[in-house]
Amino acid sequence: MAGQTLDFPNVETLRRLALSESGFIFDPVTGNSFTVNHTGQAVLQLIQQTLDVEEIIQKLQAVFEIDALVAERDVIEFAGQLRGCFQ
Amino acid sequence: MKTKLLTVAVTGMNALPDNPGPGLAVARCLREAYGAGIRIVGLGYDALDPGLYLGQYCDSVYLLSYPLNGADLLLERLTDIQAVEKIDVLIPCLDAELPLMVGLAEKLAEIGLKTFMPDAEQFERRSKARLPELAEAAGITYPEVKTLANPLFFRTCDQVGWTYPLVVKGVFYDAKVVANPEQAVAAFHSIAQEWGLPVLVQRFVAGEEYNLAGIGDGRGNLLGEVMMKKRAVTTKGKAWAGVATADEILAEVARKLVAELQWKGPLEVEVMRDPKGVYQLIEINPRFPAWIYLSHGVGRNLPALLLELAMGRPAPAMAAPRPGTMFIRHALETIVPMSLFETLMMQGQCTPESQG
Repeated sequence: MAGQTLDFPNVETLRRLALSESGFIFDPVTGNSFTVNHTGQAVLQLIQQTLDVEEIIQKLQAVFEIDALVAERDVIEFAGQLRGCFQ
Repeated sequence: MKTKLLTVAVTGMNALPDNPGPGLAVARCLREAYGAGIRIVGLGYDALDPGLYLGQYCDSVYLLSYPLNGADLLLERLTDIQAVEKIDVLIPCLDAELPLMVGLAEKLAEIGLKTFMPDAEQFERRSKARLPELAEAAGITYPEVKTLANPLFFRTCDQVGWTYPLVVKGVFYDAKVVANPEQAVAAFHSIAQEWGLPVLVQRFVAGEEYNLAGIGDGRGNLLGEVMMKKRAVTTKGKAWAGVATADEILAEVARKLVAELQWKGPLEVEVMRDPKGVYQLIEINPRFPAWIYLSHGVGRNLPALLLELAMGRPAPAMAAPRPGTMFIRHALETIVPMSLFETLMMQGQCTPESQG
């Protein structure tokens, strides 16, 4: 994971997103829409609940029954995708 | 006793698929708001303007004298139409006619045509050539604009810091992004031929375009703002699909402009949101945009609001914005009896049939 970061984009930006159960996401400010898989959807919901990264990883482990390394890898990867979408 | 229906005339029935005028969308908004409780007179400049044949929106239609024929002929034609139709309110919708309409406002009032338009000074201050000056006064970020009488500038502009890409614009309408001197010169000639001189050049702003429609009340307040991002465009860059957005920062940009201008009437503010998230002012159109039907879709029917204001009634409360509401246009054929086309061509007016 060298060189990778767990920084999410601005939390206020992520909290304004409208998430649907289908994995469809709409940003009411920019008008952009996205799709996410179940993991991404869960991470975004947890971010919107203002959980910190450690808590998000723990929740993912519990919900998807995966080990900590896999959960951390998924979160790092998703954080990178979010940074690409929400500069 | 029979009460006379409110009669509203709307121009800009040229709802062409790749570059629609706003008039038909304005008429649709009015019909949605008032149903059969209003008479709508459609005004166009060409017998092939599609909106002139849609009886469900236009109760009667007329052809006008082209703006290039001057204000006197336009007024004469409107006076003739007024004698027949007893129009209460006129909503002009086209860039090319608006300078004439603004200049004629008092004379239109004298023949009983109410309008809700800016005065000549307000109108001029938001012109493309004076946009930087206005943006500066309102405290809005903007790309630099130059006025050009000939295309020589494009051969050497990069030596004075005007690097490509650039945006070449008509004084009333049209904009082309150009990547080199050859494209720029071609765009200059094409725009000059269609819209006349001068031609404008604007620095290119990378980012995403957003549009805001609203109404200035003439006392510095912006009413009923509706924001939209294009999701698909025609070959001419016009919205084919769009989605309503809601950003308080963009609303504030528009409020500052309306306050600075003391704007009266409809307007469309076009901005680019640059990569840093800053809104840069690209253009202010002094009319409703062609996508104004979205305002009805989000519960903020702006043409209906304008009609109330023009009639001197209090502005109704506006619903909260509904971001996420989309529109998607489609092309549709209207079947037109030759007799109807003939009547419009020969007499300059007709009564269209309701379609489907």
